[in-house]
Amino acid sequence: MWVVTGCLRKDQAMKQYLLSIYQPDGTPEPEALEPVMRNLDALNKEMRAAGVWVFAAGLHPPETATVLRATGEEVLVTDGPFIEAKEFLGGFTVIRAEDLDAAMEWGRKLAAVLSPLAIEVRPFQ
Amino acid sequence: MNLDGVFRREYGRAVSVLVRSLGDIGLAEEVVQDAFVEAVRRWPADGVPPSPAGWLITTARNRAIDRLRREATREERHRQALELLAAERGDEEGEEGVVRDDRLRLIFTCCHPSLAMGVRVALTLRLLGGLTTEEVARAFLVPEPTMAQRLVRAKNKIRDAGIPYRVPYEADLPARLGGVLAVLYLIFNEGYSTVDRPELSAEAIRLGRVLAALMPDEPEVTGLLALMLLSESRRPARVTDDGELVLLPDQDRGRWDRGMVEEGHALVRQCLRRGRPGPYQIQAAINAVHSDAPTTGETDWAQVVALYDQLMVVAPTPVVALNRAVAVAELRGPAEALDLVDALALDRYHLHHSVRGNLLRRLGRPDEAAAAYETALRMATTDADRTVVRRLLDG
Repeated sequence: MWVVTGCLRKDQAMKQYLLSIYQPDGTPEPEALEPVMRNLDALNKEMRAAGVWVFAAGLHPPETATVLRATGEEVLVTDGPFIEAKEFLGGFTVIRAEDLDAAMEWGRKLAAVLSPLAIEVRPFQ
Repeated sequence: MNLDGVFRREYGRAVSVLVRSLGDIGLAEEVVQDAFVEAVRRWPADGVPPSPAGWLITTARNRAIDRLRREATREERHRQALELLAAERGDEEGEEGVVRDDRLRLIFTCCHPSLAMGVRVALTLRLLGGLTTEEVARAFLVPEPTMAQRLVRAKNKIRDAGIPYRVPYEADLPARLGGVLAVLYLIFNEGYSTVDRPELSAEAIRLGRVLAALMPDEPEVTGLLALMLLSESRRPARVTDDGELVLLPDQDRGRWDRGMVEEGHALVRQCLRRGRPGPYQIQAAINAVHSDAPTTGETDWAQVVALYDQLMVVAPTPVVALNRAVAVAELRGPAEALDLVDALALDRYHLHHSVRGNLLRRLGRPDEAAAAYETALRMATTDADRTVVRRLLDG
């Protein structure tokens, strides 16, 4: 009898997940930001050491964004983010994980470091 | 021959085994349904095989092998599933032990915290309870297409987001348990409140036993098992030969299943000793008090009310408050209980109106009592409940 525990197949054994960081509009106070950035840096190092880290980046605020949309021949250019919202994508981390449980475990750590910001965990195709 | 009953009973068993081999719930369901179609064709002529579950699993597995052979070269994961299925072939004698673990894996997958609570219950009822999509939809009071879509979306999420098919690691276990217990209790109640679905209650108890064996240090698991056993012990007395519900005070206590009562009592004592009471343990204790009384009149209502007070601390819901009010009526009279009941926002819950009817009648207000029972009749969702209310109305 085959005894199978955990994830079944090798090709499914590693998936990539996008951990999106959502933050409220406005610039945080530098003195509040400093320890957060230090913890974030430590978490990124921990992710690298664990071999799960793929990529991470922080983004400039949404007012720096430009939206392009092609309609027929024309490309319409709009100033500002695609969606105007109170909370926006502030940065993201891409990780490699065995399954959603493992991805959520890293997501929890990220959420703890960035509390009270929301972290969305979403699988890559 | 009631094939529907067999299928409902064996569905979860068969699907959970196939999910493990195939790594895909949708595909597992398809081949299990193929096996059921095959059974409908063959069993009436050949007779039901000695192990219906084994037959269905073997047939579903063969169907999966056929299917994957046609497609195997395209996807690596299919090739691996094929190897696994082939290796499992002819291993039916070892099925039972494996099946048990598989169902436990499946329930933790269905109850994963990344799924909304309603979705977890729906998935568990569909995949482990073997309810049809239509039945799950009815339990949720939503149209069938809505439920079908919800189930498909959930299964897609399990596959695409990589929700694992396994019992959680020890560190995550306690946190993951609450969701599983809630789901099990809902399944139990689906089989308990609808009198013709005893297999659902039996299934919930069976899964409860597996969980209790797996997590002996979790008193709420033991508490839930005790609660389900003590409720289930009354099943022989709570339905007449005509299929009508008999309420607790009117039940022939001699027909209660003493074996389940004894087991339930022992479990209540065992978990309460740990000194970590929770909602399931307290509800089990309340049921143990009822089981202790040789007649309704001899019920220790003071103890029942005290336990409800405790329950209101850990689970302050209107339904708990309603049940507490019923006990208060026995201990301190219907007038005080009616004040409590009238303060509850449970307008759409038929038992709220039934209890009001009973209290009003005891207070010598028959017209208001009749009106309350009429409302209860309108709010009741099952035939069994409507029959009970009609009887109360006529009584």
